[in-house]
Amino acid sequence: MTNPSATQADAMITLTHVEKWYGAFKALHDVTMSVHQGEKIVLCGPSGSGKSTLIRCINSLEPHQKGEIRVDGIVLGPNAKAIDAIRREVGMVFQQFNLFPHLTVLENCMLAPMRALGLAKSEAESRARALLERVKIAEQAAKYPAQLSGGQQQRVAIARALCMQPKVMLFDEPTSALDPEMVKEVLDTMIGLAEDGMTMICVTHEMGFARQVADRVIFMADGAIVEQAPPAEFFSNPAHERTRKFLGEILNH
Amino acid sequence: MGTDEFVFLLTGLKWTVILSAIAFVCGCLGGLAVALARTSGIKLLERATAAYIGVFQGTPLLMQLFVVYYGLALVGFKIDAWVAVATGLTLHASAYLGEIWRGSIEAVPRGQTEAAKALSLKYVSRMRDVILPQALRVSLPATIGFLVQLIKGTSLASIVGFTELTRAGNMISNQIFQPLTVFGIVGLMYFLLCCPLTIFGAHLERRFAASAR
Repeated sequence: MTNPSATQADAMITLTHVEKWYGAFKALHDVTMSVHQGEKIVLCGPSGSGKSTLIRCINSLEPHQKGEIRVDGIVLGPNAKAIDAIRREVGMVFQQFNLFPHLTVLENCMLAPMRALGLAKSEAESRARALLERVKIAEQAAKYPAQLSGGQQQRVAIARALCMQPKVMLFDEPTSALDPEMVKEVLDTMIGLAEDGMTMICVTHEMGFARQVADRVIFMADGAIVEQAPPAEFFSNPAHERTRKFLGEILNH
Repeated sequence: MGTDEFVFLLTGLKWTVILSAIAFVCGCLGGLAVALARTSGIKLLERATAAYIGVFQGTPLLMQLFVVYYGLALVGFKIDAWVAVATGLTLHASAYLGEIWRGSIEAVPRGQTEAAKALSLKYVSRMRDVILPQALRVSLPATIGFLVQLIKGTSLASIVGFTELTRAGNMISNQIFQPLTVFGIVGLMYFLLCCPLTIFGAHLERRFAASAR
């Protein structure tokens, strides 16, 4: 269970014995995993199991206290250079979208490429427009986030992250805050991204998405990885009682 | 009251406006530094600025002007009343604006900082492009409210001998023995200066309340 499923050489992300505490509470318990280039991982588990914490550690939104996190060969340490280098390669999509409300859709997408990558305005704009086109929302470029529906906002958030041309995308419950009729448009966007070969780690309860897209489903409970398997095996033949209980709850609701 | 006296009051008004403007502009710069230090996450900076704010919010403005005026003279800085009151008012404004803006920086949802970090924006860009534009918008009504307080606060500069509007009124009143007329006009001048700002502040507040809905 704790053996990395990929060798160090072709791994895009490796976590080795990662531990994290919030004060006295241990949020991550000896997490070891690895993700290779182009692999799609779905991370699931009951709430409070540490799955969001885990992906937030990968781009250092949360510091971890023990173990090693390595992204594309860069070891995540306390120095700002490594953190910055990793964030440049890792895009993230949040449950609450977190678009910048005072900027238009287009400006949301142009900001980071200009400020963090030093792109010229015209270059940033053409990149932003192309990616807004890709998430099928180009016609909304001049609007402000508050004028869009939740599903549209989340697609803009995906485009905004893609404008940095990341090697990895992290999704933190991207459809949990959406009205049911908007879930599909966001999942379709994510499926399109997966088909284009993006390396993805998705924290989600959308098991249909997991079946269709994931190369591997990882189940976490109480801050530890309980089991990981390809979706066919994970859903039909879970190895652990804890996993069976979880699947029973979310598949028969 | 003759034209000469009225012109003298207008000169006083001019200095009130200049003093207010200098204290406000310098106070904005100082207040921004204080607000950024207060939210920096660096313990030493946060404590130092918290103490600074505590001192200036916990003592009367008049005492602050006295301390700057006499204190600087005592340690050997020979400065005139004009520089002393401008310095005192700037320190005062920096503390209050720093506290107002700290509150509005902290009122910007955490997700905004996280999204900016995830996009690998560094501190300067996170603040300038993402956090401050949102925070300053929220703080505008309170900032304008403080500006009105500051304009009225400049009247205390009269006590250390700086001839702004209040002291000009005092001098004219002692000359022509019509205190009610003179101070009536002085009061009206303050009112005409402050009231439009108050109305503007209330207007902004309504606009933001409407756009937040």
